[in-house]
This record gives sequence, C-alpha cells and structure tokens, in this order.
Amino acid sequence: MPEPLLTLDGVHTHIDQYHILQGVTLEVPAGGVSVLLGRNGAGKTTTLRTIMGLWHASSGTIRFDGRDITALATPDIARLGIAYVPENMGIFSDLTVRENLVLAATSGPPASDRLDWLFGLFPPLKTFWDSAAGTLSGGQKQMLSIARAIIEPRRLVLVDEPTKGLAPAIIVSVRKALQELKETDTTILLVEQNFQLASRVGDTVSVMDDGRIVHSGAMAELAGDRDMQERLMGLSLEAHQ
Amino acid sequence: MSGTAIRPKFERPSLSEIARERAPLALVPVLALAGFVSIGSFPTWVTLTVAGLAMGMMIFIMASGLTLVFGLMDVINFGHGAFVTVGAFVGFTVLGLLAGWTSDPSVLINLAAVFLAILAAMGITGLLGYAFERVIVMPVYGSHLKQILVTMGGLIVAQQLIHVIWGPDAIHISRPETLQGSYIVGTALVEKYRLLAVVIGLVLFAAMTYILNRTKIGLLVRAGVENGEMVEALGYRIGRLFLGVFMAGSALAGLGGVMWGLYQQTITAHMGSEIMVLVFIVVIIGGLGSVGGCFIGAMLVGLLSNYAAFLFPKLALVSTIALMMIVLMWRPQGLYPVVKAK
Repeated sequence: MPEPLLTLDGVHTHIDQYHILQGVTLEVPAGGVSVLLGRNGAGKTTTLRTIMGLWHASSGTIRFDGRDITALATPDIARLGIAYVPENMGIFSDLTVRENLVLAATSGPPASDRLDWLFGLFPPLKTFWDSAAGTLSGGQKQMLSIARAIIEPRRLVLVDEPTKGLAPAIIVSVRKALQELKETDTTILLVEQNFQLASRVGDTVSVMDDGRIVHSGAMAELAGDRDMQERLMGLSLEAHQ
Repeated sequence: MSGTAIRPKFERPSLSEIARERAPLALVPVLALAGFVSIGSFPTWVTLTVAGLAMGMMIFIMASGLTLVFGLMDVINFGHGAFVTVGAFVGFTVLGLLAGWTSDPSVLINLAAVFLAILAAMGITGLLGYAFERVIVMPVYGSHLKQILVTMGGLIVAQQLIHVIWGPDAIHISRPETLQGSYIVGTALVEKYRLLAVVIGLVLFAAMTYILNRTKIGLLVRAGVENGEMVEALGYRIGRLFLGVFMAGSALAGLGGVMWGLYQQTITAHMGSEIMVLVFIVVIIGGLGSVGGCFIGAMLVGLLSNYAAFLFPKLALVSTIALMMIVLMWRPQGLYPVVKAK
C-alpha cells in the first residue's frame, strides 16, 4: 500500500455535548479513491468536516502529507490543496455558475484547458455559465459543487455523498468525473451510500460505526465478501445499490 | 477526457415567477405616481419627490453598510448610529477648519470642502469601526442578545464621548455658500443640497453594485453573506472579510452622518440613534444582506415620508412603519433577502 497522504490517529470530535467521533484512526493512501462507508449517523460527515477544520478535533492527530493539520484553520487547510464537496453541495445560489467557479480558483482566473475539461465532464455548466446557480436543478448543482472543488488541481478532494437524491443519468456523470479525477494525481476520500458506485470507483474502503472505524481494507475484498458486509453493516451492502 | 451525454434540464422560471421577482422594482415609480395623483400640484410634487429621493439616498448610504454587516456577519449592530453621529461631528469640525473654503463663492471650492469633510469622517469612522469590531463585536459573534447589549452599550459610550469632546448642546452646521438655496425648475423649487445628496447616493449605489458584482472582493462578500463556512473551505479567511466589511459599513455611516448633518443643519449626540429607526426599517424592507433591496427600501421610505408629511402630517411618523408592515405581509423576508431571517 502506498504511503498515506492523510492520516487520522485517535481523533475525537465533540459537537456541543455530543461525542461524535470516538477515536477515529484512518489512513488515506496517496492516489486513487478511498471510500468511507457506514450507516447514517456513524460519523462520516463529521470525519470530513473535522479533516477540513470546520469542526475541531478535541483530541487526536490529523496529518496531511506528514504535516500536523489538526489545529489549522479551515482556509489554511484548503490552501494546502484540500477541497471539500459538502453533502448539501454548498453552492452560492446568488452567484452565477461562472462566479462560483471564479471564486473557487484561488490562484487566479481558471485555466481555459481546465474549464474545457470540466465542460466535458459536466456539459450543463457551459450551457448555464451565466445563470444564477440557485436556478439549476439538483443534479446540475452537484456538478457545479464538484467542478468548483476541482477547478484547480488539488491533492485531496473530500466528497460527501455526491449521488444522494440524484437521477441515474446524473449519477453516471458523477461516477465518470470521479474516475477521470482518479486518473490524475488527485486523491479522493469519498463518503457514499451507493455501494454500486463506491465499489466501482473505490480502491480502499473503511467502514465506520458509532464514531469509530471498524474495518479498513481493499474495496475488492469487501465487495466480494457478503459475509463481511453482513458482519460490518448488519445487512448486505447490495441492499444499498 | 471524455464528455457525458447528459441532457441539460434547466428549471426556467415561469412568467408569474419573473413578475413576482421583479415586482419590487415597480414600487418606487408606483409610489411616485400615487404621490402625484394625491398631491395634485406638479411643482409641489417635484419638490417633494426630490426631497424624498435625497432623504432616501442619505438613508441608503447609512443602511447599506448595516445590511451587509447583518447579512455577512449575522451581527445586529445597534451601535451603527454612533458612526453616523461621529461622522457628522468630524465633518462639522473639518468644515469649521475650512471656513474660508465654505464661504467662497466658487462651487468647486465648496465641493472640495465637503469632499474633505466626507473623507475625514469616513477615515475616522472606518478606524473606529476597526476598534469597535475587534473590541466589542468580535467576542460576541453568534449571540444576538449579547450583540444587542454590547453594541447598545458602545452607542451610549460613544454619545457620552461626543458630549465630552463637542459638548452636550445641539450644534448648528451651515452648508457651504453655493449649496444653500434652491434652483427653480419651471415653477418647482428644488434645493441645491438635495440634488447633491441624490448624486452622491447614486454614485455610491453604482460603485457598490460594481464592486459587489464585478470584483472578486464583491463576489466574496456576496458568497460570504450566503455561506461563510463554504467561503472558508475554499481557502479565504472570512474573519478578514468581516473586518473589512465592518470598517466599510462604519465609514459609509460616517459619510451618511456628514450628509444628514448638512441636510438637517443641526447635529446632536443623539442624531445617530434617532435616524437608526429609519435605517433599520429600510434594512428590513430591503431584505437582510441585500444592497439592491436596501436601495429600493430607502427610496420608498424617503418618498413616503415626504408625501405623508405634506398630505397627512399627523400620520407622517407612522407611515414608514405601516409601509414596513405591508411589505412584510407581502414578502415576510423583505423585498430581496439574501439571508433568511432566523
């Protein structure tokens, strides 16, 4: 297994009086797609938000490329090359598609070849370039949210349930985008409930339960072992398809 | 890198949705027309309309900063009136120092005096805004009750400091020589100073519209109003943005204070807190965080105040509150809310 790009070591996160992450230990290897699975409320979103510094770990260590980022502020974490696609997409409805992307390109105007690549992945973004993002459909908003995260080359992209509530045609588009992104140097940490998609794009997988990682290994191993799925998740992951 | 075969599906707004979206734009002309029909005399209507627009522009100048602070920082700043008052007193002091310029018969020299007074007022209120945000507001982010209490406290302290520096009495402030009196347009009287106020208000509105829509700072402010957390996740420090907007809002209040002081020709330590009632009404009518909504709201309040004062003097005070109630019954979040009220 390659050297981990991101490491979480015994991370605990409290939100008000709730103890959400209870010692998460996780390694995300450089390159490829690591998938984080788990039932609702297991702590997947909290894990991503804690990595991003949106909620701070109360104890434990988060390292990115060997550097301790546990106490860094969110903008400093983002400037290290970590992008975040939140579950609610987090697009700026009042801004146009163009303005959303311009804002995400922190090192200058978006490169034209990068834009062409994004338009290839998500054609509606070109069609509705000057439309307010709030007027897009749900699927188009998700495309914009992902495009915004990868408008510039990133080292790590955290993606939280990108296919939730989307039509099958849009899910295909999201999968292709993840697969293309995987071919670049970008590492992806993907939280996903759609096991069919997760197993097609994922290289490694970790399963969370009650704020802890209860399994880590190769995706192929979990996908091919229904007993393990039953044991880890309490039901066959095929039920999630 | 291959493309995908997704058919774009755009949720185009229906005609009724477009009409609903743009309806507030018709309010100012409709109110002006209703005023014309009610007043009956064209010259009187012109005089009142220019007065109303000038008043609206000055309220807009004071309210525009407040609505951005509301929207971006979720801060209820009752101390905003302090910057209006300080701006007026600083402007008065500078105009006093430039007495030779203000009594000069040259329009340009008079305008230069007003410009310098505005510059000084904006500079000092901007710096005070820096101190106010760091010392008073920053510790209470996220707590509306504490914000109300500490910013009210800040306002009271500022008023007392003004008493100490400039004394407790109302001070008369004279307009520069060439800004006194009126132009006669046909048979209508139009005060010169009110025209200047309209011009400054329009220039400011155009500049704010340009900055908010055409610059990256403006994009950041608009994005921050909507979702500050996501702005941070993109790599921008929202705290610096907060501070910059707070300082700009304070400086705009200072500008409004100079303009309002010259309009009323009397300044007191309480003038800021008195005008804040209208400022808050305008912010609420416009919708939290919306500069465009704030502009329309200010025009409505300015025109209605003047028409009502002429037609129904006893109802003038309640007319703006009635306007706010009607707007909120129609659009509970205001005309163009950027941030939904919690």
